[in-house]
Amino acid sequence: VNTFVDAFRFIAENLGLLLSKTGEHLMLSAVALGIAVVLALPLGLWLGHRHRGLFFATGVSTLGRALPSVVLIALGLTIFGFGFWNTSAALVVLAVPPILTNAYLAIDTVDRDVVEAARGMGMSDRQVLRDVELPLGLPLVIAGVRIAAVFVIATATIAAVAGGGGLGEIIVNQASYGLAGVVGASLWVSGLALLAGFGLELLRRALMYGPRDATERVGSQ
Amino acid sequence: VTAAPGPVIPQFGEGSSCETSNGWFCTDWVRVHWGDTLQPALIQHIELTLIAVGCGFAISLALALIALRFRPLDAPFGALSDLLYTIPSLAFFQLLVPLTGLTVTTVEIALISYTLLILYRNMIEGLRGVSADVLEAARGMGLTRTQTLLRVQLPLAVPTIVAALRIATVSTISIATVAALVLPRGLGHPIFIALEQDLFKTEILAAGGLAVALALCADALLALTQRALTPWNRRLA
Repeated sequence: VNTFVDAFRFIAENLGLLLSKTGEHLMLSAVALGIAVVLALPLGLWLGHRHRGLFFATGVSTLGRALPSVVLIALGLTIFGFGFWNTSAALVVLAVPPILTNAYLAIDTVDRDVVEAARGMGMSDRQVLRDVELPLGLPLVIAGVRIAAVFVIATATIAAVAGGGGLGEIIVNQASYGLAGVVGASLWVSGLALLAGFGLELLRRALMYGPRDATERVGSQ
Repeated sequence: VTAAPGPVIPQFGEGSSCETSNGWFCTDWVRVHWGDTLQPALIQHIELTLIAVGCGFAISLALALIALRFRPLDAPFGALSDLLYTIPSLAFFQLLVPLTGLTVTTVEIALISYTLLILYRNMIEGLRGVSADVLEAARGMGLTRTQTLLRVQLPLAVPTIVAALRIATVSTISIATVAALVLPRGLGHPIFIALEQDLFKTEILAAGGLAVALALCADALLALTQRALTPWNRRLA
């Protein structure tokens, strides 16, 4: 328990270091998450809209879960060498599955009657996706991004093993920072992940369309 | 590239030409070190996973049954499991070290915590998802609350629960590799050694491949189990 007191003292005394590492950490996470969203979101939305590729979407998510982050980072190292891009590539691979699968499910599970009605009103294919399916599926889409964001922030910590920088650098370097530093940085990065998760959860709630219960039932199917 | 001692560590400069030049996958290294490195790591990994998923399953089932009867407890249980799931695995392991030391307990506490969110959420959802008509019919047949739970709600929730077990098992196998940073056990251990030893590719690929294969096998096995458990609903498997 004493260690935790020391850990908080470490946080207080090394605020500058922690903040600069947090900057690196967030930069790395944001770049990876951004690339993953650009890659996975359109594909997931389109597959969901066509109601095709369920096997593909679930397969990607199982495979993504099965690939240990440590292995991805180690492989990234052997291919790209030490540094920012190695880590980013590994993080992108991790972030794609939840975004893709959730985007697919979000659109795929929108009430078919509503979609039918929209078509009956003369909406074009694109309008159906943009004005009907996307708004209704948005909470689940955001839920996927939230899972991915938490994943990425967590794994960016492991990236320190590969020289990716960020807060993990303190956690894996007990020799320089001591146990107090390791525990302090662990507390700090946990707080960061919780904050990111909480922020995106608030966004998801704010974007929810109609009564909350109805949307959640769609999401859980 | 320097030579390093020890049986586990690739001996650059001594082994085959593939090992010396750090080729992508040296089958001869795998053959020689299967017995002293890969197989023990694989067995340890399976142990870590079985304990974590087993305990996680028991705890989640208990929590789900409690929350099913005392609804107000559902929100705090859900929030707690959500909170535990959000903590980065590496940080979680390190935060437990001052409390439980560099032990299997530390690793298992973290691994079990990660299974809770997935298992608890799906169990509650599966048990609650049984339609009111079915429950009404069960009551009409004179089943008690416990009988309804055991004979109606649990069997009907099996697909949801097994789906959750599949996700939890696959994730645990994956997260357990990180555990090697605090405890030299499981398939993560050879990977970290290879990272320190000039990125010995064969060891990374072999141990990593085993982890992925283990996860996919476990997933397939559970999918088959579900088919066997729910003969009335083959479509969902």
